[in-house]
Amino acid sequence: MSLPGGLGETPLAPVGEEGPDALPEGGEGRSSGGLTRQIARVFIENKLAVIGAVIIVSMVLFCFLGPVFYHTNQTNSQEILLNSTQNSPPSATNPLGTDSAGFDILGRIMFGGQTSLIVGFAAAAIAVVVGVLWGAISGYFGGWVDSLMMRIVDVLLSIPLIFLLIVLAVIFTPSVELLILVIGMTSWLQPARLVRGETLVLRTREYVQAVRVMGGNGRRIVLRHIIPNAIGTIVVNATFQVADAILLLGALGFLGLGVPAPQTDWGSMLSNAVSFATLGYWWEIYPTAIAFVLVVIAFNFVGDALRDALEVRLQRR
Amino acid sequence: MGLRGERPVEKRSVTLAYIIRRTLQALVVLLGVSLLTFVLSHVIPGGAARAALGPRALPPQIAQFNRVNGYNLPIWDQFYRYLRGLVLHVNLGYSYRNNQPVRALIGSRLPKTLLLVGISTVFALVVAIPLGILQVVRRNKPVDYLLTSISFLLYAMPAFLIGTLLIIYFAIDLPWLSVEAPQASTVAGILADPRGLVLPVLTLSAITIASFSRYMRSSMMDALTEDYIRTARAKGASPRRVLFLHALRNAMIPIITLLGLSIPTIFGGAVITETVYNYPGMGLLAFNAATQTDVPLLLGTTFVATVATVVGSFVADLLYAVVDPRVRYVAR
Repeated sequence: MSLPGGLGETPLAPVGEEGPDALPEGGEGRSSGGLTRQIARVFIENKLAVIGAVIIVSMVLFCFLGPVFYHTNQTNSQEILLNSTQNSPPSATNPLGTDSAGFDILGRIMFGGQTSLIVGFAAAAIAVVVGVLWGAISGYFGGWVDSLMMRIVDVLLSIPLIFLLIVLAVIFTPSVELLILVIGMTSWLQPARLVRGETLVLRTREYVQAVRVMGGNGRRIVLRHIIPNAIGTIVVNATFQVADAILLLGALGFLGLGVPAPQTDWGSMLSNAVSFATLGYWWEIYPTAIAFVLVVIAFNFVGDALRDALEVRLQRR
Repeated sequence: MGLRGERPVEKRSVTLAYIIRRTLQALVVLLGVSLLTFVLSHVIPGGAARAALGPRALPPQIAQFNRVNGYNLPIWDQFYRYLRGLVLHVNLGYSYRNNQPVRALIGSRLPKTLLLVGISTVFALVVAIPLGILQVVRRNKPVDYLLTSISFLLYAMPAFLIGTLLIIYFAIDLPWLSVEAPQASTVAGILADPRGLVLPVLTLSAITIASFSRYMRSSMMDALTEDYIRTARAKGASPRRVLFLHALRNAMIPIITLLGLSIPTIFGGAVITETVYNYPGMGLLAFNAATQTDVPLLLGTTFVATVATVVGSFVADLLYAVVDPRVRYVAR
């Protein structure tokens, strides 16, 4: 769940960590302007970012390529009911045991992970696109447009996210597409606020003024000049959004409002395992929990490193 | 922090103007939230009548229901009536599943949720602030790295997982605490069983502890770079005095804002925590409403949680305006 001051979103740059290596060395941070190069340097300098990226890439490969090499039945619950034992501990046939329906857990972590990752990435993408456009338009046009758009953000921001998600998941029947939409459409508020803040600064810059004088319209200024210049903030926020979306999907899964069976996600798997917590079926909890927590931590590592390095640099420009 | 009476008159009027503007803003937000709740209650597939009478209701029955409940009136009129009922009678609607007014259902549960949320938030602050200071004192030492790792871990764990693991460790493997929260119907009854509250409070405060301590750490670090710290050091103040008197007091100010901003998350966390421990609060009520597709009740809990959030952040902002002597609220 996204706390406003949460690990990801600490608005104050941690000063103490900003040793000489975090500062642009001899104007280097200024001369190489390319975002890709800046991001590349973040990964070279920061070990945690590398660890995070490695975890993310290997988890994506594990979930999406794993089933190619490790075949298990994850969709046909009738066949599973006949041919598999339920809640069996790890064995040669099922390296991580089976769950309460009899599905192989190793295969299920891959299968459920696909949903968690897809929802995480897609919902984050929606949240960032909507938030960025909303914030940039609001900040650029100012005046009553800004007031109206920001009051809408205020209203939505004061509704506890979980409540809003539950309401939407109850009113509309959950499916993967709907969950992506629901999580995305409830998570764009933070990027909207951040980008609006950036825009208020950027719109006063000379190059934006120059475009305006030359007759460039608002759409061109927002899309070509303001958003590209706020890209640091956007990339950092997008990284945290993925972690938060995966957490939110997990919470919905726990409340029984996740993807419908026989599809699953890590949250639903854990929710299912939790009901057997008293019986000591550890293999149903720990492997899935570790996968879940690792991915969320990984995105936070990457986001933190990007923010510390990238944003500090962008501010100093 | 200067006494308020010492402030020049113009500065106080600036603060007053800020309070008025902030009050108006809170009212606008509340109006917006009631509009949203109203809209959501109208987009239920099949409408309120289907939700109340079930899928097999006949068209005449639906028409009758709509007439009796005013659903056949123009939408603006309906919103006006809804708003008037809300403001004058705190009418939150009617739960057809429970056959009770939503207000009565929430009224008996809300104090228990406020209790859980209150204790957890205070506990989180009491733990997180010293942890943040400890990290600053021992920055870039093993303790700092260890605490940072723990807060990353806590932050990445969904609340229901933390809750379940706590149950497994401290209620099953080590049978010290109970699996379930106190089931008493009153706040006093729940307070009478403090052992039962331990795990729910730990669960609900885990995530806030992670983010508060992290924020405290960077807030302290920030404060330590300020000019007044250098001045204090130059005057010969001891490092301890500089840290606890000069830096801490200023580092606490952003924590107030963070607290206000965290209220929605804490209420959201209460839904999960109450569900894990079967704690008889408003969060569990919302969860039960969701499983029974009791939309009026669900919207009622959402509305009340939102009002609590708006009030909470309003209070936090006012505190901020009172506490921070540097704040200049210049009208935009």
